[in-house]
Amino acid sequence: MPKKRREVKFRGGGFVSKPMVYVSPIVFITIIALLEWGTRSGFISDLTLPRPSGVYQAFLDLYHSGLLFKHLVPSLTRLIIGSIMGTIAGISVGLIIGLFSFARAGLLPIVSAIFPIPKIALLPLFVIWFGIDEGSKYALIAFGVFAPMAVATYSAIDNVDRSFIRMGQSFGLKWSSIVRKIILPAALPGILSGLKIALAIAIILLVAAEMLGANYGIGAYILEAGSLYDLERLFAGVTILSILGIIINWLIGLLEKKLLSWRT
Amino acid sequence: MDISLENISHSYGEVEVLRDISFEIKKGQIVSLVGPSGCGKSTLLRFIGGLEKPDKGKVIQVGLPNQNSINPLTYIFQDFALLPWLSVYKNISLVLEDHNIKKKQIAKIVKSVLQRTRLSEFANALPKQLSGGMKQRVSIARALSVRPEVMLMDEPLSALDSQTRELLMDDLVELWSREKFTACYVTHNLNEAVRLGHKIIVLGRRPAVIREIVDIDIPLEQRKDYAQELSKKQKKLWDLMREEAQIADKELIDA
Repeated sequence: MPKKRREVKFRGGGFVSKPMVYVSPIVFITIIALLEWGTRSGFISDLTLPRPSGVYQAFLDLYHSGLLFKHLVPSLTRLIIGSIMGTIAGISVGLIIGLFSFARAGLLPIVSAIFPIPKIALLPLFVIWFGIDEGSKYALIAFGVFAPMAVATYSAIDNVDRSFIRMGQSFGLKWSSIVRKIILPAALPGILSGLKIALAIAIILLVAAEMLGANYGIGAYILEAGSLYDLERLFAGVTILSILGIIINWLIGLLEKKLLSWRT
Repeated sequence: MDISLENISHSYGEVEVLRDISFEIKKGQIVSLVGPSGCGKSTLLRFIGGLEKPDKGKVIQVGLPNQNSINPLTYIFQDFALLPWLSVYKNISLVLEDHNIKKKQIAKIVKSVLQRTRLSEFANALPKQLSGGMKQRVSIARALSVRPEVMLMDEPLSALDSQTRELLMDDLVELWSREKFTACYVTHNLNEAVRLGHKIIVLGRRPAVIREIVDIDIPLEQRKDYAQELSKKQKKLWDLMREEAQIADKELIDA
């Protein structure tokens, strides 16, 4: 009698994320369509959520009145200047902590103490230190970006493969060359992923700063809409912030692709 | 230039790893250093190149290094230590940059060394595009570029599969016939030791002392024709090490 033959059952696969470009637009459109239908049919009351088409109309109004750029330009300026200041300071301090044990012993506790402070709470203080104008806003954003960048940088340096450093030493490279040509490039992936988090924090702080004393800016626009309970404009402002966040993430993604193409 | 190790002893905390090790590496000679895992042979190699300091004893350079030599004591690492963000070409030019050599001269050296190791067509490849064997060839080319007096090879073939290892051993034999380089070759693979070593130093463990020094007089190029004699030597080495290798195998790390 022939023995029974059976194919081996497949039980592998899965646990791998595949790129699915079409899913996220469908999710977005479905949610917006549901909201539109809900608010139009009265299933969702006008008081709880704005109508998506109304939000879009508010955005168009903002654009046509020319106020969009009047709000956006100062916001972006604050975001860029504050982030650059904080990033440079954070990377520098992180580098010093990563390279020198003495500095680590002295600075690490300070960075760890600064990190969890809600920076918004210090805004009144910043106003006195740096003035009610732009200075205090730059400082708030820079301060918020500083701590995560410092932590990301020194952690990345801690994780640099020791065998690269030993290689550099064994070929007689100078200390400065080892830092510049080996440690920094090797730490770059960690620094860039820190930058993603730091810039998200920067947007949050930007809005907070603008809510507490600014005539123009996305934060001021949102605050004004909120105090009038104008949900359409409130959501138009929030949407702008979301888009800003997406754009920043996309830009860092591009930067990673360009700078980190060597990664396997 | 010869290298002479004089009464080297070393401990890591309570554990004595090396005791009173003395031997010489003569110019033009490959000295294989074998011993059970964890016996301190890599540590010894780090002492020779000045990457670590022994508790007692000295590593002496006998005679002046050649004026031409850019980096007299040069390592070849088990894990290749190629920077993944640099091309093959730049990985090699990097190690020439801090030695007051003109840019043109650097380009010339890199080109010639790539030619000698038959890597010219891979100059612009990134390490991630290369197989393990090619990566180690690049790291050998990098070592040659600084015109070393002594090559310090730390298990250079241990991260490769056995076929690639055969190929690279042939490469090394050919390279030695051409350049007559001096080397200290650390390995746990006895076959590599008898194929490439003019002198084989067997270390015991905990603490490592020199158990035996075996000389092999057969020229490197002809060793393939003396398979039987070599396998006899290899068996003798294994008998020497077997017991200690067994103990090393059962040991808890950092216990």
